[in-house]
Amino acid sequence: MTMTRRGMLKAAGAGAAFAGSGFAIPKALADALKLPAALSEGTRAEAVLDALPGKKPLIKLSYRPPNYETPIELLGGNGITSNDAFFVRYHLSDIPEVDAKTWKLKVGGDGANGTAELNLADLKRMPAAEVTAVCQCSGNRRGLFAPHVAGVEWGYGAMGCARWRGARLKDVLAKVGLKKEAIEIVLDGADGPIVQKTPDFVKSIPVAKALDENALVAYEMNGAPLPHFNGFPARIILPGWTGTYWVKHVTSINAVTKPFDGFWMKSAYRIPLNKFPTEVFASQSSDVNTPITGMVVNSLITSHPDGATVKAGSAATLSGLAWDAGDGIAKVELSSDGGASWKPATLGPDLGRFAFRPFSFTTPPLAAGPHKVSVRAENKKGQKQVTELILNPAGYHHNVVQTLILVAA
Amino acid sequence: MRTLLAVLAAALLATAALAEEQEIKLKAGPGLDKVEGNCNSCHSLDYIQMNSPFLNAAQWEAAVKKMIGPFGAPISEDDAKAITEYLKANYGS
Repeated sequence: MTMTRRGMLKAAGAGAAFAGSGFAIPKALADALKLPAALSEGTRAEAVLDALPGKKPLIKLSYRPPNYETPIELLGGNGITSNDAFFVRYHLSDIPEVDAKTWKLKVGGDGANGTAELNLADLKRMPAAEVTAVCQCSGNRRGLFAPHVAGVEWGYGAMGCARWRGARLKDVLAKVGLKKEAIEIVLDGADGPIVQKTPDFVKSIPVAKALDENALVAYEMNGAPLPHFNGFPARIILPGWTGTYWVKHVTSINAVTKPFDGFWMKSAYRIPLNKFPTEVFASQSSDVNTPITGMVVNSLITSHPDGATVKAGSAATLSGLAWDAGDGIAKVELSSDGGASWKPATLGPDLGRFAFRPFSFTTPPLAAGPHKVSVRAENKKGQKQVTELILNPAGYHHNVVQTLILVAA
Repeated sequence: MRTLLAVLAAALLATAALAEEQEIKLKAGPGLDKVEGNCNSCHSLDYIQMNSPFLNAAQWEAAVKKMIGPFGAPISEDDAKAITEYLKANYGS
């Protein structure tokens, strides 16, 4: 089914009205949003297309704090997600409109030799670096977990890839100098809680990660200032690691000599030890779990939603995106016969090892009826997507091989 | 059915309402006033719909405790009890 943008908006608005009036959502309306069938009934009923200021209509999962995911057709087939389609994710509801003229970034901490205060002009005067990198929410695809786990019930679109430009984090830290005892770098942004007792969203990263040349304090996204909802005027860019560390509206960067013990490090965003092939954040690990770090290898067909209709007797051309934590995508394979046989997809332009890698694939002619199409990626380290979901309490790292049905008619 | 059509017609005309937080109407039931009076101050109530209907009674209880404990929500004991009962009854698995 193809709908115009206008039609989709109307359908979504109608969906909101149905939700508000206690009626069950007609299936056609949920279908207009192309919401995955695996999402919970409640999520499918409340999700609507809605446009935040400066943004295209995205899939609203919660209004306040705003959590909006990008419809798959807007993720960017060329590997770049546009600023006005980039997903929005906040934990806390007090989100000030930051004034670029008065914004200041404070740098210091007990692990630093001194303190510094930078304004936006100071930051822009520093040597600039650029990296094209995927920003993906740790909980992207949480809504597809079976059994469901509590949280923001994301489908496929809590991710995007942009060309980020800013000062290197290591150059910012060099303004104050790090003591050899410095163990983590603590990052805070201007957004905060409504109730003072709610823990502010503050994150920490290992010093070595902060000194990586790809870590930035970015003020540009795809050649334009960051949109408000993506962290204006400056945010942390930590290529390879999940979005939780990419602190928006960053206002302070502190080197510390003891592991940071804030709620968002010690209690949230943690994964069981030894379940995932990702880096271990040693200074924050407990006996049983560790903070989430790098992304797991993953891929997604973006040209066709599940249940899409294609022409019977003809080949179908599919396209999508693959990504990992920065080792780079080695290959993407597709199956159009339910996983019995796999054939390599054609990889598109390489925008860098942290970027989305576009792919395309032409199926054999498809006989009338349903066809199970699957996609799987492998990175240059030989890491593959999983076929069985790796369960974990908070619903992170969903990289199960995607399977969708194409109906040839 | 007339009401349903009226709702649909109104919604189809309401494209200008985009970018506005829509009021979330949860199911009617005892305790809804406590949910609206407490939970809604820090987050929109779509969080409740979104996390349904898969949380069981113990999980809803834990969710309310998490809001009051780690998140520091100033909710009285009586209200917390009413909220938990409401969530279990209306949005539980």
